[in-house]
Amino acid sequence: MSTLWHDVCGVDEIWPNTGVCARIDNRQIAIFRIDRADGATEIFAIDNHDPHSGANVLSRGIVGNLGARTVVASPIYKQHFDLATGDCLEEPSLPVRSYAAEINDGRVRVCV
Amino acid sequence: MKIIVIGNGMVGHKFVEELVAQQNVAADVTVLCEEPRPAYDRVQLSAFFSGKTADDLSLVTPGFFEQHSVDLKLGVGAKSIDRTLKTVTTTAGETLGYDKLVIATGSYPFVPPIPGKDREGCFVYRTIEDLEAMTACGARSKVGVVIGGGLLGLECAKALRDMQLQTHVVEFAPRLMAVQIDDGGGRVLRSKIEQLGVTVHTQKNTVEIVAGDHCRHKMKFADGAELETDMIVFSAGIRPRDELARACGLGVGERGGIIVDNHCRTLDDDIYAIGECALWSGRIFGLVAPGYEMARVAAKTIASSPSHDAPQFTGADMSTKLKLMGVDVASIGDAHAATAGARSYVFTDERKQIYKKLVTSEDGSLLLGAVLVGDATEYGQLLQMMLNHIALPSSPEFLILPAADGQTRVGLGVDALPGSAQICSCNNVTKLQLCEAVGAGCTTLGALKKTTQAATSCGGCAPLVTQILKAEMKRLGHSVNNHVCEHFAYSRQELYHLVRVGRIETFDALLSKHGSGLGCDICKPVAASIFASCWNDYVLTRDKAALQDSNDYFLANIQKNGTYSIVPRIAGGEITPDKLIVLGQVAKKYGLYTKITGGQRIDLFGAQAHQLPQIWSELVDAGFETGHAYGKAVRTVKSCVGSTWCRFGVQDSVSMSLTIEHRYKGLRAPHKLKFAVSGCTRECAEAQSKDVGVIATEKGWNLYVCGNGGMKPRHAELLAGDLDDATLLQYIDRFLMFYIRTADRLQRTSVWRDNLEGGLDYLKDVIVHDSLGLGAELEAEMAQVVDSYVCEWKRTVEDPEAVKRFRTFINADGGDDNVVFVEERGQIRPATAAERERPEFKGVAVVAEPA
Ligand code: SRM
Ligand SMILES: Cc1cc2nc3c(=O)[nH]c(=O)nc-3n(C[C@H](O)[C@H](O)[C@H](O)COP(=O)(O)OP(=O)(O)OC[C@H]3O[C@@H](n4cnc5c(N)ncnc54)[C@H](O)[C@@H]3O)c2cc1C
Ligand code: SF4
Ligand code: FES
Repeated sequence: MSTLWHDVCGVDEIWPNTGVCARIDNRQIAIFRIDRADGATEIFAIDNHDPHSGANVLSRGIVGNLGARTVVASPIYKQHFDLATGDCLEEPSLPVRSYAAEINDGRVRVCV
Repeated sequence: MKIIVIGNGMVGHKFVEELVAQQNVAADVTVLCEEPRPAYDRVQLSAFFSGKTADDLSLVTPGFFEQHSVDLKLGVGAKSIDRTLKTVTTTAGETLGYDKLVIATGSYPFVPPIPGKDREGCFVYRTIEDLEAMTACGARSKVGVVIGGGLLGLECAKALRDMQLQTHVVEFAPRLMAVQIDDGGGRVLRSKIEQLGVTVHTQKNTVEIVAGDHCRHKMKFADGAELETDMIVFSAGIRPRDELARACGLGVGERGGIIVDNHCRTLDDDIYAIGECALWSGRIFGLVAPGYEMARVAAKTIASSPSHDAPQFTGADMSTKLKLMGVDVASIGDAHAATAGARSYVFTDERKQIYKKLVTSEDGSLLLGAVLVGDATEYGQLLQMMLNHIALPSSPEFLILPAADGQTRVGLGVDALPGSAQICSCNNVTKLQLCEAVGAGCTTLGALKKTTQAATSCGGCAPLVTQILKAEMKRLGHSVNNHVCEHFAYSRQELYHLVRVGRIETFDALLSKHGSGLGCDICKPVAASIFASCWNDYVLTRDKAALQDSNDYFLANIQKNGTYSIVPRIAGGEITPDKLIVLGQVAKKYGLYTKITGGQRIDLFGAQAHQLPQIWSELVDAGFETGHAYGKAVRTVKSCVGSTWCRFGVQDSVSMSLTIEHRYKGLRAPHKLKFAVSGCTRECAEAQSKDVGVIATEKGWNLYVCGNGGMKPRHAELLAGDLDDATLLQYIDRFLMFYIRTADRLQRTSVWRDNLEGGLDYLKDVIVHDSLGLGAELEAEMAQVVDSYVCEWKRTVEDPEAVKRFRTFINADGGDDNVVFVEERGQIRPATAAERERPEFKGVAVVAEPA
């Protein structure tokens, strides 16, 4: 399957340090905007599907950091997923996919 | 090995627990329990009168007997013992063989042979059945008398007084509690107790009980005096139940009691006696702690061979501290200065009614005993000094004299205690064990209690346990453990103060001033909750939305399939038919599952995030407000119908519950808060299971606090009684704000209270007597929250920016087609994974978007 960059929305449409869900080719992608203390804004993308609960909810979790990792906590049972890699910190056997994401000219783009 | 235990009282049960905990014995245990229920906490028996049930008092962890295959014969007593055949015959006619027999039959209340003692309305105070009979009689009585002014007699007098009876105590000796305290202490105790409305008669010898003229009975005394009363409770001492032992030729003492050695063995090597029926070294111990020690010794002896390796019972300290009708009374060691050469120091404050006495050795170097009445703060310290032979300071009087500034001096730090010092005598826990548990991670009083069992029985050791906890935490540099998370090196309480004092209103400001990193799912909701408690701003602004816990994030409760439930506020459970119809119409229109909640309101389930603003704008238009079912916030005020309709109601409980709910709605707290208001003592609103419970009285309202249903039910405790409306609200204001200030994250008021040093008395001091001088400040803080209330769903549906956040997809309309329902009992429910895998599966179509 080929991967393509998809235009999703304007950066401003995502509130700082929150996530949104985008529907791309019938997949649900959770996209997070992280504003760092130094003023840098980063975008991350992982699956919206939470493998622990089976619900499509990861975009609605609280983001933050645990040590060096930038993570989101699932709103259902609170497992943490590494936004950069999709690893699940509590249960390594149930990771999610992560996707390349970037800000280009004020627009958020994801490679799916 | 076949073991029979006769008696399933406090000590007998402790023995069984200790025995099954021994690794090296394969025992086949039978317990003969004469009472109709298994072991319960006799020490707390009086709590039965303040609402504790037989279940609350049970000492048996659920499933205990089954799990350890112990054969419990309820309602079956032992009738005789045959030592040659090694059998016990039961009252059910069965004959059972044993290898080892343990007698734990306790004692019975002694009733002096007074003519008329068996009249109806005469009781003893020993079992739950005794109390049930007393309660029934109390309801038909006006006057009650306790014969016996000892420890138990006074406890019983309190029970009678709580039943609203005119209460008398009749004592043969010249003073109350003659065994434990001296003349000076007895005088202070007497006047304190008389102030509480109990009449005390000393040096009164009852010679006869006959029918009364105005009451059920008339008591006649040796000095010619008479007293009329409706009920009489005998509390004139206890006698060991040694009848089985006597009958089978086991040695008993002159004044009763089964003679045992240091291993609690009787004259027959295969028979043990423990608890109040046992006579060790010529003494009977009428307290539970020595009985527990005997149980441990007997269990270890039976389990170990050779038995001389087993621990020995070497006597026990009989010091006691108790609160009798709110009066502290303590007696330590040689209270009567009976030791040769003993010297005493006495301090009396007749105005405050405090009496304190120290008894020291002749040279003043060691503490031998003490009596404390009216204030027993020093009990723990003094007891430890005596037990551990800690050298007294050169002026021991300062241990009991108030300091010049009115504060009592602290006598000795816990650091001075050796590791072997027994801190909790009920459960035999030493200082060393406590310190080890702290080192292993028990950093709250609650955790420490759970792990070590210390302070879980009579509770007398709790202040000392707390001190040790604190000292040990400090020593280990352990304050680290209450840090909220890796981003903030502060406890929730400290963060609260930083926010309030520094007037911090955003997470960025809090993080840059006091924290590090990005924050996480622990500290963000904590901060959000603190901001809301302090400033009560809208929770979904651009800078606050990201902090909210999953449910607050969408102002609804997330469900297992990612949909949400909607719970509008139905204050006090009161709702008009029109509003009910609106709820029905909305539910129908959006295809939602409806259910009445346990909190007297209606829950609508199965909405997707993007539907929430539409649904809520309809509800808001119809006059509904958010119910905060999603928040760590004020949830519901449950009400009963009260005096408006109910023939028993004495106050308008519905109006009061509406007042309370509308006053505190929107208040966010460390955990959810539930209230209830009942219109009379029948308590149909179950107020005593709530964080704040209000029960109507003839004169006003009784305020109960810190109750809990849920996983670990806890009865609420009476904070103040007969309050008028204004004072009631004033105390609730103070209580809630004090809790919000000082509680930990996700700590319900019940758990907070269990960890509150100083307990209920301290809470009363702070809330009712305003001992910290915080009252006005707490009320002002509450006023700010009350005045700034805005329904957050109303605010949300009126704010287009906020509404945008509820879209399911940022780049497309519509909902999540992974959400599928099936129909059950005429409503929707989420399809299970198994159902969805079936090839023929067809879910109920998600209802079309409304026009
Ligand atoms: C809806 C409801 C059950 C029902 O269908 O009746 C309910 C549902 C939930 N309860 Fe409850 N509780 C509901 C009444 C109760 C009651 C009864 C009451 O309030 O009188 C209790 C026991 C009383 C108490 O709290 O002391 C109760 C004790 C709990 C507990 C245990 C709390 C504790 O301290 O032990 C939890 C777990 C927690 O809070 O950590 C809980 C948590 C929950 C959660 C939030 C669990 C979750 O995270 O998903 C449930 C989601 C609510 C939702 O989706 O709407 N629920 N829950 C009731 C809503 C009442 C309302 O109108 O707001
Ligand atoms: C109201 C009250 C308050 C108290 N307060 C305190 C306190 O604050 N601190 C303190 O340390 N102590 C207190 N005590 C004393 C404490 O309860 C006792 O020391 C303790 O219960 C003794 O335990 P035990 O197992 O020896 O006797 P019990 O608890 O009396 O148990 C003996 C059991 O054996 C059963 N039994 C007797 N004969 C037979 C038979 N033949 N067959 C089968 N079963 C039989 C009895 O029915 C009973 O259930 C209090 C006691 C009372 C009544
Ligand atoms: S608590 Fe009292 S007033 Fe309220 S409904 Fe029950 S009986 Fe009636
Ligand atoms: S001394 Fe009774 S509980 Fe610790």
